[in-house]
Amino acid sequence: MVRRPSRRAYIGQWVLLAGVVGLGWLLASMVAENYARKNLHFGFGFLADQAHFDIPFHLISWDLFDTYGRTLLVCFLNTALVAAMAIVTATLLGLLVGVMRLSVNWLVRNIALAFIEFVRNTPQLVQLIFWYVGVLQTLPSPRNSIHLPGGVLLNIRGLYVPDAVMRTDGGLLSWLALAVLVATPFVWRLRIGSVRVGPKALCLPLLAVALFAAGIDHIEYPVLSGFNLAGGTQVPPELAALWVGLSVYATAFIAEIVRGSIEAISKGQHEAALALGLKGWQRLFLVVLPQALRIMVPQLTSQYLNIIKSTTLGAAVGYSELMQIFAGTVMQQAAKEVETMVIVMAIFVAVNLAGSALMNWYNRRVSLVER
Amino acid sequence: MEVGSSTIAAGGPASARTRGTGSGDLVPGKLDGTVARVLDWLRRNLFSSIANTILTLVVLAVLVWAVPPFVAWTLTDATISGSAKSACSGDGACWTFIRIRFPQFFYGHYPSEEIWRVNLAGLLLAAFSIPVLRDNVRRRGLWLLLLLTAFPVLAGILLVGGLPGLPYVDTSRWGGLMLDVLIAFVVVAGSLPFGIILALGRRSQLPVVRTLSVGFIELWRAMPLLTVITMSAVMLPLFLPEGVHIDRLIRALVVLVLFNAAYMAETVRGGLQGVEVGQEEAAYSVGLKWWQVETFVVLPQALRYVMPGIVNNVVDLFKDTTLVTIIGLFDILGAVNQAIKDPAWLGLAHEGYVFTMVVFFACCFAMSSYARRMERRLNKHRTGKR
Repeated sequence: MVRRPSRRAYIGQWVLLAGVVGLGWLLASMVAENYARKNLHFGFGFLADQAHFDIPFHLISWDLFDTYGRTLLVCFLNTALVAAMAIVTATLLGLLVGVMRLSVNWLVRNIALAFIEFVRNTPQLVQLIFWYVGVLQTLPSPRNSIHLPGGVLLNIRGLYVPDAVMRTDGGLLSWLALAVLVATPFVWRLRIGSVRVGPKALCLPLLAVALFAAGIDHIEYPVLSGFNLAGGTQVPPELAALWVGLSVYATAFIAEIVRGSIEAISKGQHEAALALGLKGWQRLFLVVLPQALRIMVPQLTSQYLNIIKSTTLGAAVGYSELMQIFAGTVMQQAAKEVETMVIVMAIFVAVNLAGSALMNWYNRRVSLVER
Repeated sequence: MEVGSSTIAAGGPASARTRGTGSGDLVPGKLDGTVARVLDWLRRNLFSSIANTILTLVVLAVLVWAVPPFVAWTLTDATISGSAKSACSGDGACWTFIRIRFPQFFYGHYPSEEIWRVNLAGLLLAAFSIPVLRDNVRRRGLWLLLLLTAFPVLAGILLVGGLPGLPYVDTSRWGGLMLDVLIAFVVVAGSLPFGIILALGRRSQLPVVRTLSVGFIELWRAMPLLTVITMSAVMLPLFLPEGVHIDRLIRALVVLVLFNAAYMAETVRGGLQGVEVGQEEAAYSVGLKWWQVETFVVLPQALRYVMPGIVNNVVDLFKDTTLVTIIGLFDILGAVNQAIKDPAWLGLAHEGYVFTMVVFFACCFAMSSYARRMERRLNKHRTGKR
C-alpha cells in the first residue's frame, strides 16, 4: 500500500475495539437485566419442550406433541424446499429470458425487456402478495378445478399433481437411482486409462430415471371425491405463491446476468464458431455459454443467496417456513424472542457464508484454469 | 429452449449489425420511400428467417390473446366515477376505489387539513434534489450537503410540527407512500455516510479496523431483511433499559440504516478500488494527511464512479420499504392491504395491488433509467479521455 498508518492510528484501533466490545457488553447486560425483570431465563432448553400446535405444511411427519427442536427441522426443510424449487425454475427461466433479450427478433427482444423492467422495478413483496391474493385466491373451488395438461389440477386449495406410488420393493431402486445421480459428477471427472469420461457420464442420470421409473407401481391422479380432491400430491397455495413469486422476481435478475455475460464474450468467438460451421444451438451451448458461465457463476451465486434470504417473505403469505413458524409462532408461544431470532439469524448467516466460501473456491479454480 | 437457440441461430454476428441499423441508415439508393423502408425493417427484425417468422407469429398470437382483455379491464371497461362500489357495474377495473382511497394510499392517516405540509415537504425534496441530480451543475457537493442537512431539518419541522401554526402530528398517523419515501430518504441519508466509513475501514491497513468492518458488512449482508426488520420490532426493546421506549418507526429506521450501510459499503468499495494508486501517492507527496487524502482526492473520484451503483441501491431499498408493512407500519402496501378488507369495497384486490405496482414502477423506473443514463455518460467520459 501507499503508506503505513501512524503509530497513533495503531493505538486508535484498539480504542475502537474496546468501544465495540464495551457496546456489546452493555447490550448483553441490558438483555440480561430485562430477562431477569421479566423472570425469564436465557437458554436453548426450550427446544426440547413440546410444541402443541399444528404446522399446516410439513415434509416430514409432524405431531402436536413433537418438540420445538423438530419444529425447527420442519421449518428448515420447508425453507430449503421452496428455495430449491425457486432456484431451479429461476435459473431455467432466466436463461430463456436472457437469451430472448439477445434475439434478432424485435418482438421477442422487447417483450423480454418489458418483463425484466417491470419485475425489477416493483417490490418483491407486492408481487408476492399479488400472486397469492390476486391470483391464487381467485381460483375456482375444487369442484370446478382448472385442468392442466398431465392430469394436474389447479384450484383455490392449491395445485394437485399426480403422485407416483412406489412398489413395496421399489424403495431400494429409488435409493439406487439417487446414488447413481450423486455419482454422475464424479464419474464425469474419472479417467479410464488416459481418456476422460466427460459428457459420456450423462447417460448415468438417464439410468437413474430408468431405475426410478422401474420402481413405480402406478401413477395416482388427483380426482374429485365429494367436495374435495383425493389422491395426488397437494402443493398448497402458499407454497405455490412463494415459489412463483421468488422465481419470477429472480428470473428478471438472472436474465440480466445471462445477457451481460453472453455480451461480454467477444464477438470473435461467435464468428469463429460460425466459420467452423457450427449450428446455432451448437454455437450457443458449446462455445458461448461455457465461456459466459465463468462470468455468470459468481453473480448467479449471489442471486441464489438472495432467493434463499427472500424465502422469509413466506411469512407474508403464511407459508410454514422459518420466519413464519419458528421466529413467529414459536417465538410468541415460548416467549423466547432473543433465542429464536438468534437461531434463525445463525442459520441464514451460516448458509450465506457457506455460499460465499463456495463461490470463492470456484472463482479460484476457474481463474487457475484460465492461465 | 427452442426459442432461444433458434433466435441465436438466426442471429449470430449479424444480429448486432441488424439491430444497429433499425429503421434509418440503409444503403443509399437501394430502397426509397417509407413503405419500402418499413417493409425492409420488418423483414430484418421480424421475418429474417423461417424460424424467426414462426416465432414472430407465435408471439403475435399470444399478444392478441392476452392484450385486448387486459386493455379492456384497465381502460375501456373500467369505472372511475362515482363514490361507492355500486358505481362499478362494468366488467373492468374499479378505479373509483383507488380515487376514493387516494389520500390514504399517499398520506396514511395524516390529518386531511394538514396534508399541504406533506406536499410542501415533497416539493422541497424535489427542489433540493434536482440540483444534485442534474448533469452539469456547479457545487454539486454543496447541494448534496444541503439535501442531507438543511432539508431533513425543514421537512422534519414540517411533518412533525408542534410549533404555533403547525399542530403536532404523531408518527403513528404517518403512512402511505409518504412513509415509504420518508423511510427511503432517511435510510439513504444515514447509510451512505456510514457505508463510506465502512468501505474505508474495509480497505484500512489497520487489522482491527479491517476485521471489524468486514465482520459488520458480511454479517448484515448475510441476514434476510425481513429478519432484520422483525428484530427491530421484537428484539430491540430488550436492548433498552426499563422504561425507555423508542418509537416503532425509529426502531425500524435504525436497523434499516445499519442493514443498507453494509450494501452501500460494498458499492462504494468498488469505486475505491477503481481510483488509481497514483492519485493517492500524489496526494500524500504534497503532504496531505490520511483524512485529507480520502476526503479531497480519493472519495470524490470513487463516488463519481459508483453513482449509478448507489442509485441502484436506492431503488432496491425504496422497494424494500414495503417490508415495514409486516411489522404493522402503515405504508402504501399496508394501506392497500387494509383498504381491500373494507366490507364496503370487498373484492378489489387486483385494483389495489396493480395500483401499488404502477406507483412503484413509475418511481423506480425513473431512478433506474437515470442510473443507466449516468452510467453511459460516465463510460463515454472515461473512454473519451483515453
